[in-house]
Amino acid sequence: MKTYEKVIEKIIMISAVMSTISVALITVFIFQSGLPVLAEYGVLDFIFGTTWSPTNGSYGILPLIAGTLAVTLGALVIGIPTGIACAIFLSEILPKKWAKAFKSAIELLAGIPSVVYGFFGLVVIVPAIRNYVLPIYQIFDPDISATGFSILAGAVILAIMILPTIVSISENSITAVPREFKEASLALGANKMETIVKVLIPAASSGILSSIILGMGRAIGETMAVLLITGNMAKVPGSIMDPVATLTGTIAMEMGYASPTHQQALFAVGIILFVIIMLLNIIAQFSMRGLGGKTN
Amino acid sequence: MDRIKHENLKRIKTSKNLLFYGGTGVFAAITLATLIIIIGYILVNGLTHINLEFLTQEPKRMGKEGGIFSVIIGTLMVTGVGILIATPIGIAAAIYFTEYAKNGKGVTIIRFFTEILAGIPSIIFGLFGFAFFVIFLGMGWSVISGGLTLALMVLPTLIRATEESLKTVPMAYREGSLSLGATRWQTIVKVIIPCCKPGILTGLILGIGRAIGETAAVMLTVGGSLRIPTSIFDSTRTMSVHLYVLAAEGLSQEKTYATAALLIIIVLLINTIANLISSRLGGNYGN
Amino acid sequence: METKLTTDINEIKFEIEKLNLYYGSFQALKEIDMTIYGNKITALIGPSGCGKSTFLRTLNRMNDLIQGVTIDGTIQFDEQDIYGTGYDIIELRKKVGMVFQKPNPFPKTIYENVVYGPKIHGEKDRSKLDHIVERTLKEVALWEEVKDRLHKPALGLSGGQQQRLCIARCLAVEPEVILMDEPTSALDPVATSKIEGLLEELAEKYTIVIVTHNMQQAGRVSDFTSFFLNGKVIETDKTEVIFSNPANKKTEDYITGRFG
Repeated sequence: MKTYEKVIEKIIMISAVMSTISVALITVFIFQSGLPVLAEYGVLDFIFGTTWSPTNGSYGILPLIAGTLAVTLGALVIGIPTGIACAIFLSEILPKKWAKAFKSAIELLAGIPSVVYGFFGLVVIVPAIRNYVLPIYQIFDPDISATGFSILAGAVILAIMILPTIVSISENSITAVPREFKEASLALGANKMETIVKVLIPAASSGILSSIILGMGRAIGETMAVLLITGNMAKVPGSIMDPVATLTGTIAMEMGYASPTHQQALFAVGIILFVIIMLLNIIAQFSMRGLGGKTN
Repeated sequence: MDRIKHENLKRIKTSKNLLFYGGTGVFAAITLATLIIIIGYILVNGLTHINLEFLTQEPKRMGKEGGIFSVIIGTLMVTGVGILIATPIGIAAAIYFTEYAKNGKGVTIIRFFTEILAGIPSIIFGLFGFAFFVIFLGMGWSVISGGLTLALMVLPTLIRATEESLKTVPMAYREGSLSLGATRWQTIVKVIIPCCKPGILTGLILGIGRAIGETAAVMLTVGGSLRIPTSIFDSTRTMSVHLYVLAAEGLSQEKTYATAALLIIIVLLINTIANLISSRLGGNYGN
Repeated sequence: METKLTTDINEIKFEIEKLNLYYGSFQALKEIDMTIYGNKITALIGPSGCGKSTFLRTLNRMNDLIQGVTIDGTIQFDEQDIYGTGYDIIELRKKVGMVFQKPNPFPKTIYENVVYGPKIHGEKDRSKLDHIVERTLKEVALWEEVKDRLHKPALGLSGGQQQRLCIARCLAVEPEVILMDEPTSALDPVATSKIEGLLEELAEKYTIVIVTHNMQQAGRVSDFTSFFLNGKVIETDKTEVIFSNPANKKTEDYITGRFG
């Protein structure tokens, strides 16, 4: 009896360690596969090189980093205000019963596969940009030509995709603000809006910040959606109407036909992506923990 | 005079308030509208092309014609393998965190990496699966390579859902069972897990949803063969990958919309089931 | 009562010596010495936070569940140190059952609740299990109330019924000792008096240690009473002595309601 329980306990412990082992294995294998190219090509040349042309042996990923940054920033510009407004509306204004339904709608938004978002972007957003946004743009710059595959298209779709993250975590942290804070503010004669803006949001700020960081991580890591709509041109962009290639999109698209060295270079792109995401996640983890300490 | 001033101030405040409420409401409405438009647009354009033939025939001419039968089989196999591997590990890990773990440094580290695993983007999982399962372990592009990769990806979802529901089981049940001379494991199996079935099931369903929708990682580990796999060591194609290929190559509008609509229907179903389970059977312990 | 108390003290169940218990660095129990006699009811009284529940939970090692608890001193049960190395906790808990403050039946049927213990300990014979259910439910005077709905959820019972079910569940393991942690504090007066009535009958077969907030209850049901204050035992004696002529001034103050 006793030994059998001990064996079970061991098995359970090994299962718990599985995630840690996986993270370790992932790190090892990504680095192992990508480091040779980084070492040979030089890390700085790799990161700051302006030409990504694997068939000619040029592995400069600056255009890819620029592409990823551009769509991510665009997504944040649209996603943050929308997400926080939604979170406020959900936690403080909408009646509880409706808020629950709204939350399941947001969950549904999170459940839609990214390739479906990409497809929707391809058939709706890209043509819309070509047909409606481009003409407006042309008023100011008659020479511009664009297909609609662009930073803007990527930013719009990514903004929708990161909304669930921003809304749900922000909403949780606003709801987690102790009632006393709110009551104290209302008792001092502040109205509901002043209470929300001056008391609730500052008190929930670390949670809101984590939601933004996590959303940013999601946007940077997103692959299929951007792959279908940003045009995949490895060029440093000049405007939001320009097509770009992202770190993720490039890996996904080129992996299928890459030569061995090219594959290694793609793994090296993976290393850069991995490091960025890890940093963001670790920051988010710590800022979440800060939140826990504050409200408990 | 003073009174008028006060009235004015009040009016300004009220209108500011209204603007604020209205503003947040507009954003919320936009979000909701986006959801409805995306789902509606794809269903409206795709539903008419989903029929028995589409579901039961094999793809012809790279998917340009015919149905997606082999793709459905491929999806079921890859998802099934992934979930079968992830479920016992995920439940066991959650049990470890809630029932066994003392709050030591080791546990903090394990938890931290579990969270980290949840944040790794799918393309990285794809690269890893490719380097490790496909190449290093020599499994090739196959159902098993993809299943194992998916298992790692859904593990955090499963752990989190199971843990949440384990936490809702009152301490009094554990004490009651242990005070009767039950061992820790007997308590877990006979009292705690039966209480958590709905929560575990919800986690499982959400995991299935994530696995079915996953594309990038599957593309790099399962490959894209359109044939029906005869064993777990065959390459195959899942619905998400199929949708990507059709969309990227513009093979057939009709089939692309139909595949996308089918994916949306599955997502809707999964969400509905998960919601039903957690609202009907969720954490009701009398007092 | 009179005759019962004057009968000489027969068997010693628990012998506690110099027991100290710490939650981290906080000392919750200080130098406790106590003797608990077989087939008697011992009541532990004292203000909240005095350590009486904590002490009770050391007797079947339920404090093992709480992180950061350390213990020194000895607790002998049937002349064996229960904190000694190699002592089988499972066996201990089979012999020393517990009834909790809040009724905690499992979310299973009434029947399944009662047979939980016997099943865990390997009893599979259906007719034996049926017999155990009937016997224990009769012992707690619940049989007549529930015999027609044994396979209905236990959570459908009233609070008082639930608590009697928990006692039956405990009896089904055939313990020697029953620890009760304020078993009536969550119940109404009618349910309370039913359980108190039960205690007297149970004492003929079992040793009972009961923590109570209710001094009248301690006076009514127990043979011995021990008064706890700030983690120390101030005084242990026959109940009638404690309530009529306590040796310690603090005990008298508490009994007469001067603090607590």
